Amino acid sequence: MGKKNIPYIEETYDVVVVGAGHAGCEAALACARLGLETMMFTVSVDSIALMPCNPNIGGSSKGHLVREIDALGGEMGKNIDKTFIQSKMLNKSKGPAVHSLRAQADKAEYTKEMRKTLQNTDHLSIRQAEVAEILTNKDQFFPEDEYHEGEEQKITGVRTVSGGVYRCKAVVLCTGTYLRARCLTGEMITHTGPNGLSAANHLTDSLVAHGIQTRRFKTGTPARVDKRSLDFSKMEEQFGDERVVPFSFTTNPEDVQIEQASCWLTYTNETTHEIIRNNLDRSPIYAGIIEGTGPRYCPSIEDKVVKFADKNRHQIFIEPEGLSTNEMYVGGMSSSLPEDVQHEMYRTLPGLEHVKIVRNAYAIEYDCIDANNLYASLEFKAMKGLFSGGQFNGSSGYEEAACQGLIAGINAAMEIKGRDPLILDRSEAYIGVLIDDLVTKKNREPYRMMTSRAEYRLLLRQDNADLRLTKKGYEIGLISQERYDWVCKKEELIKKEIERVNEVKLGANARVQNVLEQYGSIPLHTGTTLSDLIRRPELDYDKLAEIDTDRPDLPAEVTEQVNILIKYDGYISRQIKQVEKFKKLEKKKLPEKFDYNEISGLRIEAQQKLNEFQPLNIGQASRISGVTPADISVLLVYLEQLKYSNPDLFFKLNPDEHKEKQE
Amino acid sequence: MNSDTIAAIATAMSPSGIGIIRISGEDALPVIDRIYRSKYGHKKLSLCESHTIHYGYIYDDNEMVDEVMVLLMKAPHSYTKEDTVEIDCHGGVYVMKKILETVIKHGARPAEPGEFTKRAFLNGRIDLTQAESVIDVINAKNEFALKSSLSQLQGAVLVDIRKIRADILHEIAFIESALDDPEHISLDNYPQTLHNTVDNLVIKIDKILKTFENGRFLKEGINTVIVGKPNAGKSSLLNILVGEERAIVTEIAGTTRDVLEEQINLNGITLNVMDTAGIRDTEDVVEKIGVDRARTYASKADLVIYVIDASTELDESDYEIMDLLQDKKAIVLLNKSDLDTKVTVEEVQHILDKKIIPISAKEHQGIDELEETIRNMFFQGEVTFNDEVYAINMRQKTSLQVALDHLHQVTQSIEDDMPEDFYSIDLMGAYEELGKIIGEAVEDDLVDEIFSKFCMGK
Repeated sequence: MGKKNIPYIEETYDVVVVGAGHAGCEAALACARLGLETMMFTVSVDSIALMPCNPNIGGSSKGHLVREIDALGGEMGKNIDKTFIQSKMLNKSKGPAVHSLRAQADKAEYTKEMRKTLQNTDHLSIRQAEVAEILTNKDQFFPEDEYHEGEEQKITGVRTVSGGVYRCKAVVLCTGTYLRARCLTGEMITHTGPNGLSAANHLTDSLVAHGIQTRRFKTGTPARVDKRSLDFSKMEEQFGDERVVPFSFTTNPEDVQIEQASCWLTYTNETTHEIIRNNLDRSPIYAGIIEGTGPRYCPSIEDKVVKFADKNRHQIFIEPEGLSTNEMYVGGMSSSLPEDVQHEMYRTLPGLEHVKIVRNAYAIEYDCIDANNLYASLEFKAMKGLFSGGQFNGSSGYEEAACQGLIAGINAAMEIKGRDPLILDRSEAYIGVLIDDLVTKKNREPYRMMTSRAEYRLLLRQDNADLRLTKKGYEIGLISQERYDWVCKKEELIKKEIERVNEVKLGANARVQNVLEQYGSIPLHTGTTLSDLIRRPELDYDKLAEIDTDRPDLPAEVTEQVNILIKYDGYISRQIKQVEKFKKLEKKKLPEKFDYNEISGLRIEAQQKLNEFQPLNIGQASRISGVTPADISVLLVYLEQLKYSNPDLFFKLNPDEHKEKQE
Repeated sequence: MNSDTIAAIATAMSPSGIGIIRISGEDALPVIDRIYRSKYGHKKLSLCESHTIHYGYIYDDNEMVDEVMVLLMKAPHSYTKEDTVEIDCHGGVYVMKKILETVIKHGARPAEPGEFTKRAFLNGRIDLTQAESVIDVINAKNEFALKSSLSQLQGAVLVDIRKIRADILHEIAFIESALDDPEHISLDNYPQTLHNTVDNLVIKIDKILKTFENGRFLKEGINTVIVGKPNAGKSSLLNILVGEERAIVTEIAGTTRDVLEEQINLNGITLNVMDTAGIRDTEDVVEKIGVDRARTYASKADLVIYVIDASTELDESDYEIMDLLQDKKAIVLLNKSDLDTKVTVEEVQHILDKKIIPISAKEHQGIDELEETIRNMFFQGEVTFNDEVYAINMRQKTSLQVALDHLHQVTQSIEDDMPEDFYSIDLMGAYEELGKIIGEAVEDDLVDEIFSKFCMGK
């Protein structure tokens, strides 16, 4: 920690955010908007909110994340609404829980727009510099720092490669794929971050020196090709939706009805696969040069050909990178094969016979952490004031990164303000599922959100993200009074309309039978209620407007909820019951930094796991692999026993019970 | 109150005079309302005062199960501090089981090991000094449940259930991969395929329920072992016990082809005779085998029947065996009493203070007295079997039933034209429930299955 004799600049902030990717942007915006003096570092100001891989935002379950970010007061949804060039609601033929928005972004516009927002946010400074060190009270860098052996370390600041010192109360690490990054294209290895940007090679050492363990993950991206070299007549055109739904609850739906760009579909074939198989020995992954663990859900084309050898073709989507560029993204064909093999294999695809590659496909390896080291607030268990979000936490994807950045930023701010952290549970948001999975489960690959990971997904729909989360965003301070008021009003309107619809009686008269016939629905024999008809698969709320004479004029976002809540009420109420059960265990808090060896009834494996994870509550404990239901029973008994053996701790964990007692 | 409703047989599983079935939880009263009928008209027990007792009948829909007394204890004035109902019925094992099954059918679930005590503790009914013992009860019962299910489920059932689970998981993974990657994986025409698959799974689970005596994987009975030196007459005794008309022998399905246990029913008391192969197949040529068997099985048995050849002098092996039986529930048979006896009742009594009966397996003498003795020991509570066995069976059967209900819900959803994502909710429910039977949690099964079986995009 020497070099003190060389002059250096020193500034003071509340929060320092390291990185300006999708996580960093949300974290910095959240902190600044909450009034904290915030400094965001990036290795390149031109790469703010860069999309180094696919040119889209959203997709199955990721679209949910964007909606949730928006409902909490984040930026991603607004930014993509301003910069998309095509949009689709996926899974429209399936149930409402799995409808998901996905938009093609104009990458350059996306970056530009986000940069504009950041640069016009009060309390937010942006600095192009590589952060090389984190500073803690243990380092005693600042004269007032005190540290006693065995104590928990506390963040005091960061230092850049050029020696600048920035004091702060909290640091949010959003380093993405930049830490000691290494890009591989066959035998060609460069020590750069994505897109040839410089890697950050110093910070890992400082983290390790402060007791934070890192590991190596890998991911990859396909080539970008020149649009002018493609023959689109040999591909299938893929259009956007006729009526576009915006991501943000604040965007006026009329503003997103734009002229959309097209994507194109083509396929690999046996020739492609043959070339790949013949060159596998030159793939750094198969040759064993890559040490990092890659994600199974976006396999390289090499992986697909090897693992699914029975498939004689794979879909390849050609997607525009923006309106002001001729570059196109070859979706489904990420690879780390050498340049010459890429050149050959891309040319086997129909429409790509004469393709000109603009940028090679590559695999990238980087340092990240095991998020088991974090609390659900995304603060490090071992260091007060150090938070992290995004790919650095072992996730993958822009949306996964953004939502973690938002939560990490919010919680850094909450800690500075002395308020409780925002922790969403698995029944409240996909964000809650994602973070809970990251911090409690063993993740062996970059984590991607999937709809199957959300056990209460019928309740966590993209259409009701505002109803689920706006109030929380308001309490945090990121949502305006106006938005809050509207959500309260909307809830009321939905409730009233459901009550009304449940009461509307319909007789078996000609007018009703006509409408039923029109939709191929069985005629009525006796009277029924409107809600019973809505439940019929071939009918819905809108279709029955004609026979619902007293129907009030309600906004579409209200009637959509009414329809869903009535149509699927059987399943929805079942999940609500499950959630109630789940909540009971989530509410039972466990002591912090507790030594589980003290509980003799626990099995040794459970003691070890609980000591390692330090779960916040019984629910979280029950999800740790190696902790059995019997262990949970023992924990419950132990907690109850605290009432007598350690009342102080007991009432700290159960503040409500304390109140009851005093009354 | 915020708990689901549990039920269990509270008295020993022996044919004593009276049996008690206890129900606790927020639906305890609605459950009893559904199955209780008073002598005249329709008394509604949920409306009756706490701490009152009511005469009447338990009905499973329209079938009368037993004549009972029902005791009501409303929250918080009960052992668990929850609404609690106790049904006092006639003490037969069959009746108790039947009533418990009725209770479960109408809304309760079988209690987990030690769950009443756990609830009593968690609701503040038991004080701190008992916390350790609560933990012990939970651990002991769980360990037993775990061991029993592992040892019992090693055969065909385990294989069947694993296979069914694998099939279910595959379907879920397919649906989920299509939902996650709709542009690569299509669900066109899938519902009909799934319908057929689920129909087959329903048949398989139904078969398991039927094959295993109504879903009972564990044998309920007194674990009994017959020990003694070679040629003492163990085999003849077994043949008599098994061979008589009133005795019923069942092979234990689902285990290996070797029949390791045989069930004998003595006027309503079930004996599980352990290691019958050890008696029948081995010629017991080596002296030591008799002692070894005694050593191996005596600790596992609820009752030991020790056969002595009274026509020869006691030797070292006999003394060793008798030493092993000092602290066991045991009956000593002096066989070959029809021959010139070299061993007297008094002589044995002096070494091993147990009930001693002279018999002659060959002449069928003394067998009645043996049976009478076993019956008395059982009725007087001297020998019992682990009640937990029955509880485990009950839980497993319930799990099979719940899994079946989930699968029926899947077919219902298909017929109702519900969207495909709804199917996986119930498929997952069935998968989890079957996992409980074989003690496997869900963990990351699904995500692993999705990635290994289906090629995802990007």
